[in-house]
This record gives sequence, structure tokens and C-alpha cells, in this order.
Amino acid sequence: MSTASDIATQAPSMPKEHYLNATRGFKSWALTVDHKRIGVMYLVSVLTFFLVGGLLALLVRLELLAPGGMFEQKTYNQLFTMHGVVMTFLFIIPSIPASLGNFFLPLQLGAKDVAFPKLNLFSFYIYVVGAIMAIVAMIVGAVDTGWTFYTPYSLTTDTAVVITVMAAFVLGFSSILTGLNFIVTIHKLRPPGMTWFRMPLFLWALYSTSVIQLLATPVLGITLLLLAAERLFGVGIFDPALGGDPVLFQHFFWFYSHPAVYIMIVPAFGVISELVATFSRREVFGYKFVALSSVAIAIIGFFVWGHHMFVSGQSEFAGMVFSFLTFFVAIPTAVKIFNWTATLYKGDIQLRTPMIFAMMFLIQFTIGGLTGLPLASLATNVSLHDTYYVVAHFHYVMMGGVAFAFVGGLYYWWPKITGRMFDEKVANIGAVLMFIGFNTTFFTQFLLGFKGMPRRYFDYDPEFAGLHAFSSVGSWILGLGFLVALINFVQSLRKGEIAPANPWGGTTLEWTTSSPPHPHNFVDTPTVSAGPYDREHAPAETGRAAA
Amino acid sequence: MNYINYLSIFFWVLITGLILYFAWRYRNGNKEVGPSHNTALEITWTVIPTILVISIFVWGFKTYMTLSRAPGDAMDVYVTGQKWSWSFEYPEHGVRTTNELVVPVNQPVRLVMQSSDVIHSMWLPAFRNKMDVLPGRTTTVWFEATEEGTFRFYCTEYCGDAHWNMKGDVKVVSAEAFHEWIEENSKEDTTTPLPELGAKLFQSKACFTCHTTDGTPSIGPTLKGVFGHTVELADGKTVEADEDYLRESILQPGAKIVKGFAPTMPSFQGQLSERELNGLIEYIKSLK
Repeated sequence: MSTASDIATQAPSMPKEHYLNATRGFKSWALTVDHKRIGVMYLVSVLTFFLVGGLLALLVRLELLAPGGMFEQKTYNQLFTMHGVVMTFLFIIPSIPASLGNFFLPLQLGAKDVAFPKLNLFSFYIYVVGAIMAIVAMIVGAVDTGWTFYTPYSLTTDTAVVITVMAAFVLGFSSILTGLNFIVTIHKLRPPGMTWFRMPLFLWALYSTSVIQLLATPVLGITLLLLAAERLFGVGIFDPALGGDPVLFQHFFWFYSHPAVYIMIVPAFGVISELVATFSRREVFGYKFVALSSVAIAIIGFFVWGHHMFVSGQSEFAGMVFSFLTFFVAIPTAVKIFNWTATLYKGDIQLRTPMIFAMMFLIQFTIGGLTGLPLASLATNVSLHDTYYVVAHFHYVMMGGVAFAFVGGLYYWWPKITGRMFDEKVANIGAVLMFIGFNTTFFTQFLLGFKGMPRRYFDYDPEFAGLHAFSSVGSWILGLGFLVALINFVQSLRKGEIAPANPWGGTTLEWTTSSPPHPHNFVDTPTVSAGPYDREHAPAETGRAAA
Repeated sequence: MNYINYLSIFFWVLITGLILYFAWRYRNGNKEVGPSHNTALEITWTVIPTILVISIFVWGFKTYMTLSRAPGDAMDVYVTGQKWSWSFEYPEHGVRTTNELVVPVNQPVRLVMQSSDVIHSMWLPAFRNKMDVLPGRTTTVWFEATEEGTFRFYCTEYCGDAHWNMKGDVKVVSAEAFHEWIEENSKEDTTTPLPELGAKLFQSKACFTCHTTDGTPSIGPTLKGVFGHTVELADGKTVEADEDYLRESILQPGAKIVKGFAPTMPSFQGQLSERELNGLIEYIKSLK
């Protein structure tokens, strides 16, 4: 029997100078322009909001545990709205790009920093301002419109709609500027030899995401501004009583919010590509197809927003076109899944914690993707729209997909960020709890939807009671899984083993520098002479005995 | 639908099976080296899913066209969605109901719908059809019941506090029973004592969605003990709750808003006969 500690050939030590100890004090963080420190600040922020959103979700499930009211009906409506707003705008959109992306984009590229370091810090402060506005909104009058702010309800409710949508408006700018920064960085700061097709797939994913952020987010900003103007000044844009059109709001809203789904999932695809490559000890199968499929998703994703509105009263012709285009976005996604699976073929597969997350992602995301087919198909959508089936579908994509990829990526890059290892046994226990908890909670909701349970319901008919109780119990297991992961991360910071430069045998550039990295990332500018997953030119794996 | 289900299950089992098999077969220490790419394979797994999804699209679109176009002999029922109840009117018979839609079996029914406030959505799960109900626009949805029984309908567009309670039943009855029901309901009820009539209307018009009769405030103020007492209004004035005040509050609910409550009640102008109005007032008077 061997344990993690005695297979280490020699105990690695912390580098003398790294980004965490180069300068000290509050100001050295608050005024930093180091993308790594900004990435860490984003990481702490998004994880905090993930915790807040998660606790709100547990309260939502608590209300639904049994028929009958535990909270007031309005309180319940505010809870699910806050859960949606926090998870969407404060957690999942910035999650991977702003934290892991900020930290690893320049490192994987071989650059010293992003193209505009000060703009990067400015983006972070815009995020902070938006977050504070959202918190203030929750305290003064939590919104009860659902995170979609549909008119005309959002024009009539007495809750704090204006400040909440302005928070989302402000957060949008953080997203736009980060996207802009990433695009310029990838175009301009590639070191010698780093051609487009030598970039790690995480960078392709971040690039595609950034393009969507830059092009789609302004539309959301304008829409929310119009909504605020209508509430404040009675301008008749969406309210039919003033000559407006409430469905226009849905078109505007989904023109952003559908591409936003790809802002959330495409970076997760990037993380999974890295994990699958490293832990299969292999090049990603069909690298170019995986890289270009991210771009294809980003483009097609702009033309499918109407599939959220098949029963909104839009014309049958529009329904037909949107349904047809929606099916085409499934193809590049399927291509990615097939390529990842093929990467495992004749690999040398290491079932380490991040790889376990990648496999859970693949299993769950495939369910999320396939259950999208009945929603893209017009006839079945009509019945399933706005039921628990939809809730289950998007949680399989967002939670079972993005959040699992995020945690997997966090475990993967944790040693690089902190310079410390974590306890893999504890991490795996957490992973199993999350897997069981997640599927118990959300697979049940597909069945609820099939049985006829509408979404956003404070209470339900008795025939749904059994499945709802089952789903709520699942949410506790899921919560416990995340708690285990949180404790594990904290323990690692306190007394984790010192991490070597390349603990997993990764081949991309971030593994060639020390853990934690030097303040300037690389002592010498890297030159690149091979593809990202070429194992012959890869940095040596350190800290582990030959298997 | 079964086609999509089987296809989905097939692909999920295939992917999950391969992932688990490869992870086990090539676990830690495998020395074989797999190919890095294969263009023929890429084309295959792009083209086959494309053909499959187009076949799903064609089926979905064809079925959708039948779902969205009612047959010519459909019976029209007018529907108004309001926070938080559904009103139905049978145009040829002058019959009105709330949260209850009675239809004959084997007869296509087309609902002609509009909203008097925010967006609602009419979902008939048993009949696999749904349509949003909008203010300032008319939308339609149709269904044909093939067996007698009671089937739920729900509001599926979030519309505020009691969205969850904006539901009711489709009662499918035989053609004869339907005609009897129409006969019975198209006559004005002149025999039931007023308080009893009011109590029935309190249920059938779904007043209970927002008003309790046991003294606890809900979305609207409780009706227990309101008659004969002084009511504090939102604008700081007070009013004596007499018959005229109750009548005004039913017909023009926005005229006097009780302190601490939002002006969300829809008007019942034109939906109640004089006798029914008196019945409701008598019923409220009896709630001491």
C-alpha cells in the first residue's frame, strides 16, 4: 500500500518568490494589476455567492419538502428569484472565465499578464459595485419576478426591481470588459511559436466565450435600462396599457440570455478538455474539431433565442425557424462529447480527483444535452415548457455541467494557485456525495415535469408530494458534498502538502512555472514548438514516482 | 416522443458505457497509444446526429401544426386570465364559470384567451397543449377530450403571489350532461337564500384565493368581521364598511385600497348579477 505522501520522490518546497508573497498588505491586493491576484479575488467572490445562492436553493427545496406552506407565498417567490439572480449574474456567468480564466489565460498562453491589466482590475471593481447593488436590493425589497424579469409583471410588482436590474446592468459591464481584455490578450500576447492551433483548448473556449460576452451583453444592458426607464418614468415600451409590447421584452431578454447560456457552458467545455487530456496522458482526440466547435456554438448560439418563446404567441413560422436552428447547436456539442470519449480510448487513465469530476461532468452533461431534444422539438416543447422538466434540464447543464466542471477545474489548478495539495480521499468522498445528491435532486424533477408539475409553484397537488420530498432530500446530500469540498479546501490552505510545479503531469505552459507562479509568471519568455498536449515536449512531471 | 426517448437513452448508455469501459480498460499504466484524430470518424459522428435531429425536427413541426390549428367545428369558449383566477364564458349560452371548464366529450374545444393584467399561460397537461395568455392580445389553444373525467389545468407563466393557486379543472362530461349543465346554469338562480348563494359564489369565483374568512390576512384583507367596522385606507382616510363600501370594493376594487395591501384585485363589474352581488354582501355580513 502506498499513500500520497510516500510516493513523492523528493519533498518539493515553496519557491522563494511567488505572486502571493511578492508584496504584502491590503493595498497590495486592492490595487494589484496582477491577473493572478485578480483571479484569486474573483474566485473568493464567486465562491461566496455560490454559497449564498446554494443556501437560497436549500430554502426553496425546504419549502417544497412537503405540501403546505412553511414560508409566505411571496417569500417563496422572492427566494427562488434571488436564487436565480445570484446564481446567474453573480456566480455562473463570471465563475470560470473571471476566476480560473483570469488566472490561467496568460499562464497557458505564455504571457506575462492580460493585455490591459488596469482594465482587468477595473472590471473586478465593477463586479464588486454590481454585487453590492444586488445585495442592497435583496435587503430593501427582494425582487419576486423570477430572474427573467418578464414584463408586465416586473412593471407592476412593489419589490425593488429597478435596483436589481441596474445591478445586472452594472455586472454586464464587468463581463464585457473582461471579454474584451481576453480577446485582445489572445490576439496580441502570444509568445514566439504559440500559433492558434497550438493553444490549449481552454483558451479556445475562453476566446469563444469572450466574443459572446462582448456582442450579447450590451443587448441585455439596453433591455434592462428600458425596463428601468419604464418603471421610473412610465415610458411605454413593454406595458400594453401604455401601447407597449410585453413579448418584445422576451425577445430582447433572450437575445442575450440564450447566448449567455454558452457564456456559462463553453468555458466548462474548455476545462473538461484540459482535464481529459492530462488524465488520459493523451492529446485531445480531434483537437481542431473540439477547438472549432466552440466557435461554432458561439455563432449558432446567437440565432436560437426564440426557442424560449414557442408558446409566447410568436408566429408558427418563427417557431419553426427557431426550432430548426436549435437542433443545429446540438451538433457541435455532440461532436465535443464524442471527441472527449475517443480521447479516453487507449489512454493511460489516471482516476485522480479532477478526472472523476470530468467523468461526472460527461455523464451528467450528456443527460442535460439529450433532454434538450424534446425541448427543441416544437410539439413536445409545448407541453414541457415552464414545467419541472425544464428546471431539471437546465440544472443538468448548469449545475451538473458547469458547476461540476468548475469544481473539477478548481481541484486541478488548486496546487498551482495555492502552492498546496489537497486530500484526495476527502475530495473524492465529496465528489461522490455531490454526484448522488445532484442526481437525486434533479433527475426526480424530470419525472415531476412529465407528471405535470409547473415550475415556480409555492405549493402543489398531493400527487407530486413523494417526488418533491425525494428531490429535497437530494438537495441536502448535494449541500453536504459541497460542504466536504469547502472544508477540504480550507484544510489544504492550513496544512496541505507543498505542491510541486507539475503535480498531475500536465503538458500546458502553466505547469512549467513554479507553484505558486512567479509574480511575472515566467522567468524567461516561453517559446513554443509543439501542440499543447504533445507529451514529448511536455514539462517533466514532478513530485510523483513513476507509476 | 418515444422515438426521442429511445434515441436519448441509446446515446446516453453508449457514451456512459464507453467512458466507464475506457476508464477501466485503459486505467493507470496502459502503454498502448491511440490515434490523435480520424477525419472519417469526425464526419460520421457529425452527419449521423444531424440526420437524426432533422428527423426529430420534422416530426415535432408536423405535430405542432396540428396542435396549433383548431379544427373548423371546434366549440369556442372565451377565457380571461387575471391574478389569480381563470374566467370562462360560453358565448352562445351566456354561461360563466371561474376555475372550472365544463366540456362535452369528443368535441374539439377552442379557448379564445386574453389577460386582464400580466402574462399568464394556459396549460392543459392531459391534452398536451399550452399557450400564453397576454394582455392586449388574443391567443388561442385547443383540445379534444376523448374520455370523461376531471383533468387539471394550470397557469404556467409566473404571475406573482398566488401564481401556484391559479389552477382549476376541466370537467369532461357526455354531450347530454353538458346540455343539462348549460340549461341549469344559464337560468338566474332565484331560489337559493342570499347568504348561501354568496357562500357558493365565494368558492366558484375563487375569492378564497386572496381573502380568508378566519381572520388571517392573505393577499387581500380577511373578510371576517369586516362589515360594520371602520377600515383604514392606504391614503390615510378611514371608511365605514357598509353595504355600499362592499359593493364598490367588488365592482371597483381600485377605488379604496385597504392599508397594507397591494391594489391587485380584478374588477368583477359585469360578472355578477344584482342578486349575486347581494348574495356576496349578505355572505360577508354573516362572517362575524
